[in-house]
Parts: sequence; C-alpha cells; structure tokens
Amino acid sequence: MPQVPETQQRVKFYQTGTFTVGNRLLDDTRRTVQASVERSNSLDSGHRACQGCGEALGARYAVDAALRAADGKLIAANATGCLEVFTTPYPQTAWGLPWIHSVFGNAAAVGAGIAAALKAKGREDIRVIAQGGDGGTTDIGMGCLSGMFDRNDDVLYICYNNQAYMNTGVQRSSQTPPAARTATTMPVDPEPGNAFNSGKSVPLIAMAHGIPYVATASVHDLHDLEYKVEKAMGFRGARYIEIFVPCPLGWGSKPGDTIKVARLAAQCGMFPLIEAEYGELTSVTKIYQRQPLEEYLKLQRRFAHVLKPQNAHQLEALRDIANRNIRKFDLLAAPEDVS
Amino acid sequence: MSNSNELETRPFAVSLEVGSSLLNKTGSWRTERPVYVDRLPPCNQACPAGENIQAWLYHAEEGNYRAAWDELMKNNPLPAIMGRACYHPCQDSCNRAQLDSAVNIHAVERFLGDLAIREGWSIDFDAVPGGSNVLVIGAGPSGLSAAYHLARLGHKVTIREAGPVPGGMMRFGIPKYRLPREVVDAEVRRIVDMGVELELNRRVDDIPRALSEEGFDACFAAIGAHLAKKVDIPAPDALKILDAVSFLRAMETDAEPLQLGRRVVVYGGGNTAVDVARTVRRLGAEPVIVYRRTREQMPAHDFEIDEALEEGVVVNWLRTIKESDGQELKIEKMALDDKGWPRPTGEFETIEADTVVLALGQNVDQSLLTKLEGVALNKDGVVEVGPDMMTACPGVFAGGDMVPSERTVTVAVGHGKKAARHIDAWLRGDRYVPAPKHELASFDRLNTWYYTDAEQAVQPVLDDIRRRTSFEEVVAGLDESNALFEARRCLSCGNCFECDNCYGICPDNAITKLGPGNRFEFKYDYCKGCSMCATECPCGAIKMVPEQI
Repeated sequence: MPQVPETQQRVKFYQTGTFTVGNRLLDDTRRTVQASVERSNSLDSGHRACQGCGEALGARYAVDAALRAADGKLIAANATGCLEVFTTPYPQTAWGLPWIHSVFGNAAAVGAGIAAALKAKGREDIRVIAQGGDGGTTDIGMGCLSGMFDRNDDVLYICYNNQAYMNTGVQRSSQTPPAARTATTMPVDPEPGNAFNSGKSVPLIAMAHGIPYVATASVHDLHDLEYKVEKAMGFRGARYIEIFVPCPLGWGSKPGDTIKVARLAAQCGMFPLIEAEYGELTSVTKIYQRQPLEEYLKLQRRFAHVLKPQNAHQLEALRDIANRNIRKFDLLAAPEDVS
Repeated sequence: MSNSNELETRPFAVSLEVGSSLLNKTGSWRTERPVYVDRLPPCNQACPAGENIQAWLYHAEEGNYRAAWDELMKNNPLPAIMGRACYHPCQDSCNRAQLDSAVNIHAVERFLGDLAIREGWSIDFDAVPGGSNVLVIGAGPSGLSAAYHLARLGHKVTIREAGPVPGGMMRFGIPKYRLPREVVDAEVRRIVDMGVELELNRRVDDIPRALSEEGFDACFAAIGAHLAKKVDIPAPDALKILDAVSFLRAMETDAEPLQLGRRVVVYGGGNTAVDVARTVRRLGAEPVIVYRRTREQMPAHDFEIDEALEEGVVVNWLRTIKESDGQELKIEKMALDDKGWPRPTGEFETIEADTVVLALGQNVDQSLLTKLEGVALNKDGVVEVGPDMMTACPGVFAGGDMVPSERTVTVAVGHGKKAARHIDAWLRGDRYVPAPKHELASFDRLNTWYYTDAEQAVQPVLDDIRRRTSFEEVVAGLDESNALFEARRCLSCGNCFECDNCYGICPDNAITKLGPGNRFEFKYDYCKGCSMCATECPCGAIKMVPEQI
C-alpha cells in the first residue's frame, strides 16, 4: 500500500485547487497561515467593524502573515480611519501586537520613526508595519508616505483600500472609482456619481519611487495575499502593499458577498493584482475565469445608476478602464497557461 | 485599579486598564445565525443500494483505501461486482456533471473492490452471539446481500440455492466480458468465509415446513425471475428458437458451445437482448436485434447499445417478427402513432435467420409460493411486499427480481440490505426505522469557484477486434493514481470536508477549528451573522437560520 504523503506528491490534484483557505490533503507547511489553529488572530473578536467588513478581514490576513514572517516581533503604526476606530474604542483593543495611533495622515512617518528608534537601539530584529485606509494613505497621508518611500525607511506600509472615507460617512477619496456613488458624489444628472478621469494609482506612484517591493492583493485570494506579505517582509527598506477590501456599508453590497465582490473585481479586470521590485513590474496574477463587468457592478448599490439604460455610456467607460487594465498588465492567461 | 498611589503615578488620561475587545460580545448584533448542516449528496440519494458514496470517496481521497473499502462494505458486500455491473445512477445525478463531467464513482468502486480481492481483505464485525437462524432462498445478489448483512448483525444464515453455482443472474444474466467470473467467485467466497452456510443444488419448495420443522426463525426469499416470456412465431422445426435465459445459462454450464448457425436474430430491446447479441458476436455468428419500437424507447442502457453497435451488432428498430419459412424471417415494419405506440404498417420484409433468441423479459416461478398462505403473484407477475420487505406471510420476506422493482444487481443488493435490517428488527419483536434523510445538496448550494477544473479519468477499453472474438473484459479498471485523482474530483456536496474556508474568512474570528475529523464550531458570542461563511462554503454545508428575537 502506498503511503499517503507519497501518493499526494504523485497526484497533483487536491480537490479544491489553490483557492480554499486550507486543504486537508496538503502538508501543513503548504497551507495558509489562516488555516492554522496557531494563527495569531492579531485582530481578534469583539471589534466593532460592520458585518462582513473586508478591511477587518484583510487586516487580520496581512498582520497575521507579517507576524509569522517577523517571528512575532512586530510593531504597528495605524492611521486614523475605520480600522483604528473599530479596533480601539478606549480602553479596549482588538490588537494582539504593539500598536500605536497618532493622527490621520502620519502613519508612515510614525512607522519610520519607530524603525529609526529600533535601529538606534540595535533592535533591527523587531520589524515595523504602518497601515491605514485609502483616505489616510493616498490622500491625507500622501506626503508622509512619499517621504517614507523617498528615505527608503525600513517599514512595510499596508493600505486597505475600500475606495472612500467610510468611517466619516462614505465621502469620495482619490481611490473612489469613476461613476461610484458616495455622499459627496451623488448619482445626479448630468454625470451621476464620481467623475471620470480623476483619482490616482498609488502602487504606480510607489513604483516610481523605486522602492524594493510594491504589490496589490485582495481579500478573495488569501494565498496570493499571504505570499505577498511574506515576500515583502523578506526585504529591508520601504515596501508598499495595497489590499482591496470591499465595504458592504459604503458600497451597498450584501455583507455575505464581500469576498464575492472582491473576486469579481479581480476577474473582470477592475482591480489588477501585481508585484513590482525596485520599480520594475515582476509578476501579475492572471485572471482565472474572466467575468463580465456587470456581474461585479450589480452586487453594489453604489453603481446601481450605471446599469440603467440612460447611463450606458458610463458602463462602457468603466468597461474601457477594465479593458485598459487587462491590456496594460497583460492579465489574461495564454490558453496553454490555463490548467 | 488596585491602589490610589498607582493611579497618581500614571500619566494623565490613562486612567483605565487596557481591556480586550473580547469583552465586547458582538453576537448580540446578529439577526441570522450560521449553522453547520449535513445535506444529502445526490449520488447517495440516487444509489439503489443505499451506499454512502461520498463517505467512502472521502477516505479514498486521502489514499486510505482500506478505510474507504470498509465504509463501502457497510452497505454493499459486492463492490468489485457492482463496480462492473451497476448502471451507476449515482453518476447520472452527480453535481460535478454540471461543472465538467461526473465523478467516475463506478470506476473507483471497482478499484476498491479489486484491491480488496488482491489484498485478501475481510471485514471486521462484532457478531452478537445468540442471533437467530435465518433461511435465505437463492444465492443471487439479493440473497447474498441479505445473508451478508444478517451475518454482520449476528444471525446464523443458511443460503439454499437451486442451481449448481452461486451468483444467480450475476452469472447467468451478465456475460463474462462485463463481469469476469473470478470476481463473482471471490466476492461470494468472502461472504461464505463470514460463516454463512451455502447449500447448492438445494431447491426449497415448502417455506412453512422449513420454518416449522428445520428451526429457521425467518426466511428471505430471493429466487429472482428466470422463466422466459414466450411469443408464438409460426415456423417449421428447422428454425431454432431459444430464449435468452436458457441461452445465457447454457453459456455458463454447457461444455460445448451452442450450435447457432450463421445468422442469429435476437428479439427484444432490453439489456438482456443486447447481452445476448454481444455474446453471439463473440461466438463468431452475426447477430441482428429486432425491436418493435425506436432506439430511444429501448429499455437497454444507451452505453450498452453503443458498445454493441461498435462490436458490429445490427439493430432493426420498429420491426416485429411475423413468421418464418425455416430459412427467412418475415418481419413487419412498425410506425409510431401519435401516442408513441408502435402500430403495424402492413409492410413486410425478410431477413435470414438460422436461430431466433427471444429476449422478451422474464417471469417469476410461482411454485415456491403455493404453500404460503396469502402470498401470490400480483397482476404484474411479482410478489407484493410491504415497506419492510415482508410478504403477507409473517416472517417471510422477499426481494430482488421477484418483487416490484427495477431488475438490476444494484437494486437487488439494496433489497438484501433493507430486508436484513427489517428481519433483524422483526426477530427482536421490534421495527426498523431508517434515519431521516437530510435535505438534498443540490447544485445551487455549491460555490464552485473553489473547485479546480478536472475532466473525468477515462477507463481503458479493449480494442475492437478482441471484443468481437473473445470474452475478455471490455472495460478495464483505473490504476491507483487515476483512481485517486477520480476520488479527489468529488465535490463533497453538502458535507464539510474541512477546507478551512469558513475558519479563514470570518472577519470576526468567530469560528473555532476543532482539528482533523472534528470540523468547526461557531463562537456565537462574537458571530455578527454576516453570512460570508455560508456564501463561501464550497460544498454548501452552512445554513443561515433566523434568530429568535
């Protein structure tokens, strides 16, 4: 009789591919951090995030993976935003690691300061992350972030991108996609929702700084996310990861659909998953099963007006964005790559 | 705060101890709660033998073939036979068919059955001493299955078989190119080795006497249906007319091959007709099937008709045999009326025929029943039994082809198991109540994103020339790596297979992983009821139910 592990090595098929969190047919060492009963749960139960919060999920995924990579020696600086508010209503905390909050826009600077202090004390074994939402990172914190990249401070900055200021009541940020409804970009004529040709790509800005590592990840693909965090922790210097985290409240999606929405965003081309080292694009995660843009949009009330006949031009303009992403990052797998 | 001095030494505004968010029981937000459920996989629902297919595939996925076989043997004592002879309704209902192609359950069952024979596995069972004496009449699939299950339940079983060899229709109905006889022998031997008494050439005519005088406490009759239905074909003696049952039986028992002539016409459209035609082909003659309806209406299974056509069997649809002059058969063309019934058209044609084999179905031999009070054949020529498989005569149960049902090996094996459980309960003065069935795990319950594409592993097929000239087995088994691959194609519809998805994706860390084999548990103190776990469960094993508020 063949032994079980030997059999598994020979037959390269594990019932659920590489998308489920765990897989009883895989060796423990090849499963995700989240599959382990020993995971840190760095962001623990009892936090006050909404039902189905993508950011709470993304933060636990990322920080647990970073903690494992840093052997448990990790300090976090946090920007103002949902993540800060729902985890630390005084005097409680949901965090299982040393964690500091200062003001809205300076998490990158606080992280850089901690890293400098640790260096001065000769404790470079202790690693530093800074984190925040898209508002605190890409709008208000942009100057501090660029400075951190410029000085190549030894900090991994993680941006949880939910595409608006959710904590204060869903106002537009530089990450809000065109046509999306927010409290400040209402769906009113003649051009309902957020304006086209606005916003910015911070991963590309980070790449322009030539920092050691830049990546985008999403809560729907845990294996990819953990791989990127672990890889980022393997570098010294400034690193940037942007994680796509759907917000049921701000996007008008069902709490149960958070992962589904994230998956569709990647599969329709609206959120490309990429990696870059020292300013050079090194890999893209190919679209596995291409999905129509409408499948992504129809789960979210912020895009409800886009699917009405009179706004067909908005739908087509969004489709252009998705198609441009697919071309620009070469997101479609060649037929022979699909297995 | 323990003492006031400490308070004074603290910086201003840090006046409270740091508390954990665990103090905040967010479970109170919930309006719906997730619960783990087990749903009935469609394969299990479709299996006439009541196998827990998904459960044995689960072990096979790990390469733990012994555990898989043990699980399989809980319901089916003949896996190597069924892995060949079963028409696998499980695969027709497999959810995976809607994704790429059905899991080849049949081939994995055969792999496990063959492995068990090769390795000489036998089952461990805790026979409770002091069981009753049960008489089983007939050593076909139903009788063997009943005997096996009764033995597992601790009863002393005697099988009486009228014929010279055990197996019933598995030997006399299914040709050996579909079911090699060594396989039948091996699986029957394993049942006999459990302590079941097998008496061959022992016909039972008087059940009440066996019960009253020989000390049997109950009886299970499974004599099958082997009296061929006849039809009168006006023909001179020169034309040889046989029936399918005698023909297939002669193939097994006669030393000399039958003299059939060159052209053999098989009359009928069921699996038996096809089996006869394919056997004739292998004997070197030219078989022609004559059937009065269309191909779509043939009761024979489609794949069997395909295999027969591949082997050069000719089929004449919409034809009936009128008469013969000894050389040629006169056959009449039929046409379907608007209700789909075949009607004669008055147009005739002739075909050559040296032998005609009638494969028009079989009846039950009722001589066994004459001594049983209140038991007789109904208008369909079969014996009525209750839901507990008992006839009108207390203590006498019946199953297999002699009771109303589809006549397949799998149904027969299922009858044997069911009857054994009811007989066991009846002997204890009890009633057997089967466990309630779970809700069906239909395709729309699944989240198929998580399953990798993987086409069915194909079983090798014997080449055409050898199929026309020999009785070698046509379809070969899977090797170990293919069988493992095939087992892993199972989607585990409706039952947790510990993929860790719910545990990983809960934004509130509100699920406890209990470790291998023990699944998971919700922490309702913290679960906010977002239902992400239910949406992202690949196999549909989580259900959202409203909270009582």
